Amino acid sequence: MLGMTRKDAMMLAIVAIVALLAPFILNPFPVDSGFAQFNAGYPDLMQRFAIFGIFAIGFNILFGLTGYLSFGHAAFLGVGSYAAIWMMKLLTTNILPGMVMGIIVAGLFALVVGFISLRRSGIYFAILTLAFAQMSYALAYSVLTPITGGETGLQLKLNDARVLDAPLAPGERADANLFGIDMTSSYDLIVGGWQFTFNAGYYIAAVVLVLAFYLSIRIFRSPFGMMLRAIKSNNTRMTYTGLNARPYALAAFVISGMYAGLAGGLMVAMDTQVGPERMFWTASGEVVLMTILGGAGTLIGPVLGAGLIKYMENIISKINSSILHEWFYWMPDGLEDFVITLIYPFVGKGWHLTLGIVFMLVVIFLPGGLVEGGQRIKRLFESKKARKTSDQTTPAE
Amino acid sequence: MGILEVKNVNKRFGGLQALSDMNLSIAENTVHAIIGPNGAGKSTLLNVLVGKLIPDTGSVMFDGQSVLGRKPYEINQMGISRVFQTPEIFGDLTVLENMMIPIFAKRDGAFRMHAIESVGNERAVVQQAEHMLESLNMADQRHNHSASMSRGNKRRLEIGMCLSQEPRLLLLDEPTAGMARADTNNTIDLLKQIKEERDITIAIIEHDMHVVFSLAERITVLAQGTPLVEDTPDNIKGHPKVREAYLGESATA
Amino acid sequence: MDAIILQILNGLDKGSAYALIALGLTLIFGTLGVVNFAHGALFMIGAFCAVTISRILTFSHEVVDETRTDFLGNPMKVDVPYIHSIVGQNAGDFMIDWAVPLSILFAIPVMIGIGVIMERGLIKHFYKRPHADQILVTFGLAIVLQEIIKFYYGANPIPTPAPSAFRGSFDFGAFLGMDANSIIYPYWRLVYFAFSLVIIGAVFAFLRFTTFGMVVRAGMADRETVGLLGINIDKRFTIMFGIAAAVAGLAGVMYAPINSPNYHMGMDFLVLSFVVVVVGGMGSLPGAVLAGFLLGILESFASMSEVLELLPGINQIVIYLVAIIILLTRPRGLMGRKGVMED
Repeated sequence: MLGMTRKDAMMLAIVAIVALLAPFILNPFPVDSGFAQFNAGYPDLMQRFAIFGIFAIGFNILFGLTGYLSFGHAAFLGVGSYAAIWMMKLLTTNILPGMVMGIIVAGLFALVVGFISLRRSGIYFAILTLAFAQMSYALAYSVLTPITGGETGLQLKLNDARVLDAPLAPGERADANLFGIDMTSSYDLIVGGWQFTFNAGYYIAAVVLVLAFYLSIRIFRSPFGMMLRAIKSNNTRMTYTGLNARPYALAAFVISGMYAGLAGGLMVAMDTQVGPERMFWTASGEVVLMTILGGAGTLIGPVLGAGLIKYMENIISKINSSILHEWFYWMPDGLEDFVITLIYPFVGKGWHLTLGIVFMLVVIFLPGGLVEGGQRIKRLFESKKARKTSDQTTPAE
Repeated sequence: MGILEVKNVNKRFGGLQALSDMNLSIAENTVHAIIGPNGAGKSTLLNVLVGKLIPDTGSVMFDGQSVLGRKPYEINQMGISRVFQTPEIFGDLTVLENMMIPIFAKRDGAFRMHAIESVGNERAVVQQAEHMLESLNMADQRHNHSASMSRGNKRRLEIGMCLSQEPRLLLLDEPTAGMARADTNNTIDLLKQIKEERDITIAIIEHDMHVVFSLAERITVLAQGTPLVEDTPDNIKGHPKVREAYLGESATA
Repeated sequence: MDAIILQILNGLDKGSAYALIALGLTLIFGTLGVVNFAHGALFMIGAFCAVTISRILTFSHEVVDETRTDFLGNPMKVDVPYIHSIVGQNAGDFMIDWAVPLSILFAIPVMIGIGVIMERGLIKHFYKRPHADQILVTFGLAIVLQEIIKFYYGANPIPTPAPSAFRGSFDFGAFLGMDANSIIYPYWRLVYFAFSLVIIGAVFAFLRFTTFGMVVRAGMADRETVGLLGINIDKRFTIMFGIAAAVAGLAGVMYAPINSPNYHMGMDFLVLSFVVVVVGGMGSLPGAVLAGFLLGILESFASMSEVLELLPGINQIVIYLVAIIILLTRPRGLMGRKGVMED
């Protein structure tokens, strides 16, 4: 189906269905219940899931397949964002030209950075990409202020040129749209105590996510994808088999840069602004975390990782001490305070601490990420089941 | 005129003359062994042949074309395949995938951006790879992780990967080093079979005299970076110079 | 002329910090083959050792001072540091004033301890894993360490002054026979530079003249052979990790008065220190030190207004630019050894 095996098609279908039903799945708790803070079905967060999912899928094509660890991928996301917002300022508030331009500019930038950085491998490659990204950040922050808006960044303004758009009517704002569909427009469905929000921006991002995921399946299963895995596995054998590893790695680098540019363009489409902090190296670190946490080199891993990190970021960072007191009010006073003191450093502002610990645990014990964890659990069950059946009957094979 | 002509090659590393006035001619469709004590320059010679080292002087011609200054992948594309001392295979990939990669490389050249078509739809390549695995008696392992195989099987796979590209010259660097006797004999048999079935030139660098004398049609003995004698195995066995330079210790051992 | 001297001086303090951090990174990389992304965090923890000591010393209780009255005529309550009642008022004030240098005594055992625990508890398990995994796990550790500091000390920079004796500035201009006040340089930065030279000298002397150091150097060159000699190289490398941590920590302690410590200062320095290590040559100790000072001074020159007029923004990117050029033209760096991470 669509050039995929049944298994891959199933996975794509699941991703598509989850993305489609996300407003329901992510809002399992009624608005008035105490658990409403665990709901994640609001547009802003759901858009983030999709956008960072795309970013991580692209990063995984480079890191997961070829093993080249880039510590500067946020630069491509940032460049894509700047390109997109300029299209929206100069041409039209329709997000399509912006996204296309974001992909193109990020791809070209990745071509230059990749061409230079891929002359080295291993840790040198990581440091070269880091250096390029930090340079881009520093330039966006200072010298390139006329193009990037410096520290304040860029926003859509009423007096932007927008040569393709009709002039705004008085009182109208310049909103990002796709052929007239406003990104911010939402429809609220209220069922009993539940509220489900269907947001145009989210659904556009989700469609792009599913397309991006589909493309990554095709790349993974293609001869090209196999060559990329060959680079990671044994570069010596690769060259002595008559294959030139560098253009393969460069192609992977550019493709993942274009994914980042697409994510950056979408980000601008959603919040119509961009600042240089988007390119800072901790942002590059974040996409590495997402990919590893989900499972580098697996198809679904990066999407899972991106979703989980963005969910945790939103939920855990919202928990404060009064919420903790609400949760543990049933405990005896001393114990309550003790438990809260224990938990408090890990929630609210301390969410990065939780992230760091989870990340370390994953790298130490589960280098294959959540996907490997899932497989291990599955294998555990299967071997138990197999043992049971082999006790009762002779095995079929 | 041999398929591979090495003329007046010199290579120095600092104070060490690794190859001095190296001359070697390997005739087409022969099995040519290169032997010599440690430090005789065997590895340097091999690295020159595959483009990893560039000699200080001299020429290396493969089928009338110079190989000097070319990258390893370009030399492979000219028709030279190399088997390493420790098997170099794609350990993270399955056996079948290992076998498909050289076939793709032969068909598509050093780089091709075939990123959309699924590997499974490349029927011709899959069939060729499976056929190759069958002839190696490895068809039942095709979905195994290649890293989990025994050393003998890894070697078999590596040789098969090289053969699938139908090279005109196959270079073997101590193909039985570190192998148990049974695996060594299997490898010898495999190489003999290859020799019978195909028009192929094989150059083999080897320490194990059993392997050399079971396979080689010509033998070149290297000493101190220069060829000492070149002759048929029978003549080499009795050659006094060779006994002195190389076989001396092992003959008495 | 005076401008050039001033820029060189300005580059020295940052250069010293780069050199010390890069020295530790190189020690760890050279001995253990591990790329430590948490090394910046060790520098930061060092700076917070100074903060901690200065807090402990100024820890006070309220005392009613009968000799003074507030505006209502009641006896005034004043905060008196506990240290006064332990060592007396003068000695106590002296210790508070000298909190930063005193912190060195506290930081050495703390940092060595942290280093040893880190190596035994975590890094040890990553020797045989790919470099990417080492980068990732130490990156995670760096996040954890800095978040712990953020939790206890807050997100804002904490001013930690130098001893009052060093608070002024030294008039280099007058000293060199030029115009007075043409080159003014804070005393503490001079102290920092001298301190870093002492530490660097001590590390080099330690490696050169002690048997311990000789074994470690031999191990850096060829770990397996030294292992075969029956020398327990692992234990020495653990101690080496502790020493590298202490060097980074001390660099942090003394840096506290120059830049008020904050929780992300380590990360800021780490990225640049990596660049320094790469420029100096992976695995080369003299290279790390040399590149540290060179890049510090280069950065300082690039911030001159004359240069900025010519090449706006160059001060922001000069170090990265140099790193990229060096990596592409001299992949081994300025003084890198053959065979170290050359792929």
